[in-house]
Amino acid sequence: MARTHSVSFKLNGKDVAVEVEARELLIHTLRERLAHTGAHIGCETSHCGACTVDCNGMSVKSCTLLTVQCDGAEVLTVEGLERSGQLHALQQAFHEEHGLQCGYCTPGMLMRAYRLLQENPNPSEQEIRYGLAGNLCRCTGYQNIIKAVQSAARKLAAQPAAA
Amino acid sequence: MIPPSFDYHAPRSLGEALSLLSSLGSDAKLLAGGHSLLPMMKLRFAQPAHLIDLNRIPDLRGIREEGGSLIIGAMTTEAELLASATVTSKVPLLAEGVASIADPQVRCRGTVGGDISHGDPGNDHPALMIALDASFVLTGPKGQRTVKADGYFLGPFSTQLAADEILTQIRIPIPAAGAGWSYQKLKRKTGDFATAASAVLLQMKGSKVAAVAIALTNVGATVLKARAAETSLIGKPIDAATLGEAARLAMSVCEPTADQRGDAAYKTAMCGEMTRRALQAAAARAKG
Repeated sequence: MARTHSVSFKLNGKDVAVEVEARELLIHTLRERLAHTGAHIGCETSHCGACTVDCNGMSVKSCTLLTVQCDGAEVLTVEGLERSGQLHALQQAFHEEHGLQCGYCTPGMLMRAYRLLQENPNPSEQEIRYGLAGNLCRCTGYQNIIKAVQSAARKLAAQPAAA
Repeated sequence: MIPPSFDYHAPRSLGEALSLLSSLGSDAKLLAGGHSLLPMMKLRFAQPAHLIDLNRIPDLRGIREEGGSLIIGAMTTEAELLASATVTSKVPLLAEGVASIADPQVRCRGTVGGDISHGDPGNDHPALMIALDASFVLTGPKGQRTVKADGYFLGPFSTQLAADEILTQIRIPIPAAGAGWSYQKLKRKTGDFATAASAVLLQMKGSKVAAVAIALTNVGATVLKARAAETSLIGKPIDAATLGEAARLAMSVCEPTADQRGDAAYKTAMCGEMTRRALQAAAARAKG
């Protein structure tokens, strides 16, 4: 057994601590040690974006980040989007606009769209397409995903406190 | 896919990183953004016994203007470059190139120094840096040396960086006012390497070309400088004839490898077309 490292970080606002080998990837720690299976493993080569989470205020692909690099970080996953039983405006909008079919890419899409709207609360269609370019969806053809992000942006603009 | 086992080191200073690199020797690899190295480790193309993570050394990050140059810390991420008003206003060629690299998530981790040091002919920074006449500051146990981007790249995954050195800084002379620029990159999809790409920095005097730099991505064993194409344009206007000749001369130095992006003839032709478009776009932006 290789040497392990103690790693502590905030996961959706709660302190967590794990003991991991250096080679363990964040996606495996989230899914297998911390029972947060929202982020999905898709391509494992940082192309598909299904494993996207928010780390220190940036969208990252958690299949290409070592857990040991996250010591002291603030990590947000799709499980952290809803607040007191209320879906986040993005989750509600993906539901209403049919922004998913099989749902495999959805947690990554939501987390990337969440950060995109933090950076740019009123993006154009082109900015949404460019901003979501690291997330692949093989079902929807993206049209309803774009509509969902636009709808969420309008909802959030109307209720700034909900962001 | 999980990388093979390794020992992880996270130095807090450049000095600490250099001593680790010297003591661990060739068994160690530097970890920057990790978006080339970690995938290679997953596939067992790289199996370093030690990783030295440079992410916790704040001195290696940052963008500043100093004495007519843009000074960029090697661990500055692509996202930081893209968000920098200084980069956009002073070196717009770099901003245009970075916007075409990978995707938003990868740009949040990927670093300019990592892209350069990896020495992959498919990476975009080498051509941008050569077109911009950048220099690289390499720091080793005996101190610093500064080398030109042109000549730094020796072959696939091979650069002038010695085993005990770290690329710490990139220095880009800010192009003269009125310079035109363009990075034209053909790629199959977001996140793919270029099928072919061309970086151009152009200075006009009246309607004639006063100075031009042309560098080509992913059409040879390493980034290529299209010297004959550059020379052919000096003192000439940018028109159909001079563009055609410059594209032909750029194509004459291409030696691409056939892969799923296309055969050698196709990639060479696309490199000619990217060069033609980059020169046209740069000329439209130049004010001489």
